[in-house]
Amino acid sequence: MDIIELIVSGDVRTIARILRDIDDEIPSARDILRELYPHTGNAFVVGFTGSPGVGKSALVDQIAIKYRKEEKTVGILAVDPTSPFSGGAILGDRIRMQRHFLDPGVFIRSLATRGHFGGLSKSTNDMVNVLDAAGKDVILVETVGVGQDEVEIANSAHTTVLVTVPGMGDDIQAIKAGIMEIGNIFVVNKADREGSRKTVRELMNLIELSSRNRNNGDWDPQIVETEAIKGRGIDQLYEAIEKHKNHLRSAHTDKWREVLEKRARIQLIGAIRDEALKTILERIEGHGDSLDEMVQKVVDKESDPYTMVQQILDREFK
Amino acid sequence: MENARKLRILVAKPGLDGHDRGARVVARAFRDAGFEVIYTGCHQTPEQIVSAAIQEDVDLIGLSILSGAHTYSFPRIMELLRENDAEDIAVIGGGIFPLEDIPRLKEIGIKEIFEPGAKLQDITEWVSNSIRPRRAVVLNR
Repeated sequence: MDIIELIVSGDVRTIARILRDIDDEIPSARDILRELYPHTGNAFVVGFTGSPGVGKSALVDQIAIKYRKEEKTVGILAVDPTSPFSGGAILGDRIRMQRHFLDPGVFIRSLATRGHFGGLSKSTNDMVNVLDAAGKDVILVETVGVGQDEVEIANSAHTTVLVTVPGMGDDIQAIKAGIMEIGNIFVVNKADREGSRKTVRELMNLIELSSRNRNNGDWDPQIVETEAIKGRGIDQLYEAIEKHKNHLRSAHTDKWREVLEKRARIQLIGAIRDEALKTILERIEGHGDSLDEMVQKVVDKESDPYTMVQQILDREFK
Repeated sequence: MENARKLRILVAKPGLDGHDRGARVVARAFRDAGFEVIYTGCHQTPEQIVSAAIQEDVDLIGLSILSGAHTYSFPRIMELLRENDAEDIAVIGGGIFPLEDIPRLKEIGIKEIFEPGAKLQDITEWVSNSIRPRRAVVLNR
């Protein structure tokens, strides 16, 4: 079998290796991604995001059990941070997912952000495509622990689950822009803790306020209380995800198409940006001032970033 | 391009042994040396360790063990790697080993054993010098 056939047939070793090549930005990985692309489009992608320690990994672990009971195969991509100093990382999300290690229906991969901002690694979308082509029915993407503004997951996943816990800040936090706006489903995890009902009420207010501007037929975000380590609330979370999926795929709207177009647009723009930047940086080294020399000129006020950019663009795109 | 690859290392504790301070300290040292460490914690079976190593596409498995069960778990892990066509993944051990066991472990393919007193710098330098990331997968058409 050739590489593409091996991946499409679900060969674990080959899948694991191509994911690594993608992460390392090996040029040959792009040839493989191109060949895999026709095989994509069957997986449903669910994103889990929220602050560090709210229980994202434990929820992913539990919802994976649920999907396995429904006889769906599962791919999991779990992102943890890269050290800005050493470039190294400790990826510990698997600790919560050990029960799946011997299940051939679950493939788990830990990723490091490698300096990428936004809650995912730069490679995440391509990795989703590989797992999709490899026949996983559901792909669960767990972001790095996020703050207020890491909303990239909303453009990668079909359904975004925002996980919070009781007592995470007051109601003012909830009306801020950013992360609170991207949840299709809100989970209040560790719901056995004091203040769970209050957090649910605050979320309801938030949803109520934003729904006033909503059209009939738009999605009403769901709130689910869970206690992930005990498995409580997982059935309700599963139902909420299914409901959102059915809402997107409902025959009489263009929602599904809209979601696909939004993802495709973001991914295409990302690919153009990366490739253009790489190409330009390579060419800079061949022509005129090196990047280091340009930095010197900017610092010494001999030139400025705006003039430099214009010069490069004039030279490269004439 | 290939020399820019980042080393990936699985750090795991096989068997019934909950003392993971050493494993955590070494994991941290690997992080500080610029490696990506997948940490799976305690109580791992050889099957779980090999499955995780393959899915994570690591270059190296670092096993920490203090219980004395290395005479079972280490050979079993090597066997499973062979069965899964994954012998290219190197394995090292750290912890407490009777001296006479060390040559036997090396005989079955364990690349290095680090005993109590091993310096973190020696461990990370050994990894940097001995472990090379594997080559890229290419379309074979």
